[in-house]
Amino acid sequence: MEKFVNYNSVLIPIDRSNVDTDALIPKQFLKSVEKSGFGDNLFDEWRYLDQGEPGQDCSGRPLNNDFVLNKKAYRGGRILLARENFGCGSSREHAVWALRDFGIRTVIAGSYADIFFNNCFKNGVLPISLPGADIDALFAQDAESGPCSMDIDLERQTATAESGQVYRFEIDDFKKQCLLEGLDDIALTLQHEGDIATYEQRRMKEVPWLFEDLAS
Amino acid sequence: MTGKTLYDKLWEQHLVRASEDGTALIYIDLQLLHEVTSAQAFAGLREAARLPRRKTANLAVADHNVPTTERNAGISDPIARLQVETLDRNCAEFGITEFAMSDPRQGIVHVVGPEQGATQPGMTIVCGDSHTATHGALGALAFGIGTSEVEHVLATQCLVARKMKNMRINLNGTLPDGTFSKDMILAVIGMIGTSGGTGYTIEFAGSAVREASMEARMTLCNMAIEAGARAGLVGVDEATVTYLEGRPYSPKGDQFERARNFWLQMVTDPEAEFDKEYDLDISVLRPQVTWGTSPEMVASVDDAIPNPADAPDQTRERDWARALEYMNLSPGTRINSIELDKVFIGACTNGRIEDLRAAATVASGRKVAQNIKQALVVPGSGLVKVQAEAEGLDRIFTEAGFEWREPGCSMCLAMNADRLEPGERCAATSNRNFEGRQGYGGRTHLVSPSMAAAAAIAGHFVDPNQL
Ligand code: SF4
Repeated sequence: MEKFVNYNSVLIPIDRSNVDTDALIPKQFLKSVEKSGFGDNLFDEWRYLDQGEPGQDCSGRPLNNDFVLNKKAYRGGRILLARENFGCGSSREHAVWALRDFGIRTVIAGSYADIFFNNCFKNGVLPISLPGADIDALFAQDAESGPCSMDIDLERQTATAESGQVYRFEIDDFKKQCLLEGLDDIALTLQHEGDIATYEQRRMKEVPWLFEDLAS
Repeated sequence: MTGKTLYDKLWEQHLVRASEDGTALIYIDLQLLHEVTSAQAFAGLREAARLPRRKTANLAVADHNVPTTERNAGISDPIARLQVETLDRNCAEFGITEFAMSDPRQGIVHVVGPEQGATQPGMTIVCGDSHTATHGALGALAFGIGTSEVEHVLATQCLVARKMKNMRINLNGTLPDGTFSKDMILAVIGMIGTSGGTGYTIEFAGSAVREASMEARMTLCNMAIEAGARAGLVGVDEATVTYLEGRPYSPKGDQFERARNFWLQMVTDPEAEFDKEYDLDISVLRPQVTWGTSPEMVASVDDAIPNPADAPDQTRERDWARALEYMNLSPGTRINSIELDKVFIGACTNGRIEDLRAAATVASGRKVAQNIKQALVVPGSGLVKVQAEAEGLDRIFTEAGFEWREPGCSMCLAMNADRLEPGERCAATSNRNFEGRQGYGGRTHLVSPSMAAAAAIAGHFVDPNQL
């Protein structure tokens, strides 16, 4: 996984709560067996006026010019701003792959659905939760004075607006380290192989039927 | 001393290692795999030259992409076909048991697990699919994970996790005629909202749950994720044990007796405390219908579409207005006057035999209304299909004008050929009414199997009792 590096970017506001993973990446793109190439189809149904198909060249498709991702001022934005329960619904990690492929490295929202939240960390995307009042303020700022940018500093756990306003965010230490160092958490878990083996031996005595071979 | 909740017990029994910061390594007893979320996980294993730690603790089945007609002809969509073939190839290469498309046991992964007895009380079960919550109905800690985690479980048989909080929802009373567990769970989601359960594991309890069949409990747990909870749970009782007895993967003989005693401990202690608790009297429940693009936008069949101006806050006012626009509905419209284009009976929520029986009871001797372009019945698995045919349900459906199909996810998410066309309106027994879920521009109303059948017959929503 790529290391998370601090950066500055414009905020892309998606003023909705319950943005689901079906909206982030519609099902037809889930047929891919690859782990990349989803960026053009991020928010496909909101972004284009026609129905997207996997493998298609998106450069000639009719755009929904009202949708924020298609507005010039937000081009190149790497921070997404949304409201409550972002990423709800299907467990599809493709939703995060699409965000990442599009260039989004941070989401700022009121709250997240749990599976989506976990998936972010596996792909170098930082999901920041802020209180509702802060989210309101960020949306208001965008509505009143146009696109605004922010500095994201993961070490210090801050998102700093152009106005100088500093938003501090919480993040689990383990997850922070994984992001900063771009760690492969399978390798980390395998360091505890001894603990896993001990656990298995004990359980095999206590609940042997759980170790039956599903093939037999 | 305070007691433990069922979730506490499941968590503690699977703890391999706990760190001071609250992250833990938990052991996973069973992983279910399907074609959509596993290919990249196997590719990751291969890239890192890793092997599954316990290949025999995995069970795979293709369900999302499979056609529900003419199975022998294979999958015509080349991209979907490649995905299913990739699953076949990965399972063969890594030695994982798979129910292939032609296997009579093939079906939706969450129907197949319990049906085969692979899902057992006291287990931890994961799958790259959010509706893994279904398996919690048997007293197992079961939840959906992303593809990176699928790879993690393949490689290590463990997951890095944090403990969730405990929530209990007590469903008390007896379900009125014409209402089902689907109506209960829709009412619960309407009450606590789609993020009400975020960060929690929800245990369903109360007299209505104790009286519910195992399949009805699965419907409840299936939609725990629609209330924001990754896992739903029901404590083990004799109904659970009876359900499991004699299933292919259930323990046999002495082992079954041992397992039985262990299983029956998979309940919440009487003195345990929950972080949050809700009570719902279901004796006054009416059949539920969702009217918007989130499962929490739900009303009773005899209610009217709410007015966004009456929403509890501004955000929801906007969300409701947007949902009504997408659904092409206006405030004040009676739910039972909403006309439909299609009807879909199936999915991991309601594709089991009892669901089909409930729908068939309504459909029996009647005809699908003229305005319904298509009414699909899609059994949740090959074995459900066989059972339904043995009971003659397929004939009841086809005589009434429903189409009787092969098992799979089908029009729940329209990854195969079964889908809504733009603007079409559907009564569906599935679990998600998101924009475009059943097809680009399609409009979904979530209902019980009985309501779906009644809507097919009447051409619009109607209380099944008043048909
Ligand atoms: S039936 Fe629908 S919800 Fe269930 S596993 Fe299939 S696609 Fe997912």
